[in-house]
Amino acid sequence: MSTIQLVAGENEPHPDVALVERVRGGDVLAYDELVRKYDRQIFRIAQHITQNREDAEDVMQDAFLKAYEKIDQFQGNSKFYTWLVRIAVNESLMRLRKRRTGRMVSIDEDIETDEGSVPRDLADWAPDPEQNYSQTELAEILRKTIQGLPQGFRIVFVLRDVEGLSTEETAETLGLSIPAVKSRLLRARLQLRERLSRYFRRKRGVEK
Amino acid sequence: MTCTEFLALLDDLIDDSVTPETRAQLQAHLRGCDHCKVTLDTTRKTIEIYRSHEIYDLPAGLRERLHSAIMARCKKGC
Repeated sequence: MSTIQLVAGENEPHPDVALVERVRGGDVLAYDELVRKYDRQIFRIAQHITQNREDAEDVMQDAFLKAYEKIDQFQGNSKFYTWLVRIAVNESLMRLRKRRTGRMVSIDEDIETDEGSVPRDLADWAPDPEQNYSQTELAEILRKTIQGLPQGFRIVFVLRDVEGLSTEETAETLGLSIPAVKSRLLRARLQLRERLSRYFRRKRGVEK
Repeated sequence: MTCTEFLALLDDLIDDSVTPETRAQLQAHLRGCDHCKVTLDTTRKTIEIYRSHEIYDLPAGLRERLHSAIMARCKKGC
């Protein structure tokens, strides 16, 4: 991996590099810029892992404070965002462990399932199926559906497909092998697809 | 190509990381298999729908609280 962050396809450093340098130089406003750029993503990730709003708020705050305190340890051989996500994932898992005292929590748990390996519900979906629901209803369906995924699948799907990390970055962040990330991603995608089919399938006799 | 073989390459197809030869084989399979076509289309839609809808909004005031916490930390030395 390159030790200098480059914008994909361009020979220019990632804009975060300059912001991080300013933070290292004592410019706290530069850190504010980084926070505003990534706070939504970090909150979403924390909420997806902890599945609890208060915990997610605490995790977001702790993750940004920790990243600020440790910014000198940021090596620059990964993107600042990926480094931040790693901190947020660890903080989220720690928060879960605290909540479930006496019970180990890891991203390996609850993944022994065959669901998702072979698609069962092969009904096609209505065109633009989300149009059949209000924004509030749709958000509730999407929340309920993803919350039902085993945690180890859910985190991989969120990092890879929602937050846009690469397979390699996801593997590094979660301490998983690349084949493990790929296998979980496929099963997560298929399970979500199958679960969403209950809501989005084409209604017989209603549409062609 | 069987449906199982297609499914094993589904993610690579969705993520556009297949060789032109493999893509041609996958597309040939799709032309004769409605089940795999539905699986591909609805899996793509699943990803798109999660990408494009904000299901956890940033709580009101959280950004400001974080800003204050960082400023307070900074006063201790930044």
